[in-house]
Amino acid sequence: MYPDERVANFVTENFVPVRVDVRKNPAPMERFGAFWTPIVVILDPLGTERYRFEGYLPVTDFLAHLTLGLGQVAFASGRFEEAERRFNEVVDKYPESEQAAEALYWRGVARYKKGDTAALGDTAAEFTRRYQTSSWAKKASVWKKAS
Amino acid sequence: MAIEWRTDVDAALAEAREKRKPVLLDFSAAPF
Repeated sequence: MYPDERVANFVTENFVPVRVDVRKNPAPMERFGAFWTPIVVILDPLGTERYRFEGYLPVTDFLAHLTLGLGQVAFASGRFEEAERRFNEVVDKYPESEQAAEALYWRGVARYKKGDTAALGDTAAEFTRRYQTSSWAKKASVWKKAS
Repeated sequence: MAIEWRTDVDAALAEAREKRKPVLLDFSAAPF
């Protein structure tokens, strides 16, 4: 994925990237609980893990994961506006990816955290039109009464 | 644009704190 210009630009723009050669330097695997490869772990600027994903992926799925991870970093630090923007970016740019349903769920939560009291109900309603069979639709289904 | 990979985790964490950017840790070589 990394030779792809879109991925390289995205990584360079948004992260401090670290490559761990686990054969030469296995200690970080234990430190971060990475017991299989490939795996990507996203830490916030203070070093707390906020997101991880495993396996080789097509470029668009890879970018969707990275964007979702940035959303989780922003969400965890209370930057709900930025989190919403990142989650929305996944939904809009990578609607066919497996991460889109998860991003739709968290976009609703970020909007709710910003003070939009209808956001959870609106999200549950949107899940009746998109990604109906995803686990995230099931999780959001309890919000139907929230609107 | 090629990615400028860091290899020292703790140095990267210090850089991340300074730049207020998240860290992407890539574990890419199979350990078997």
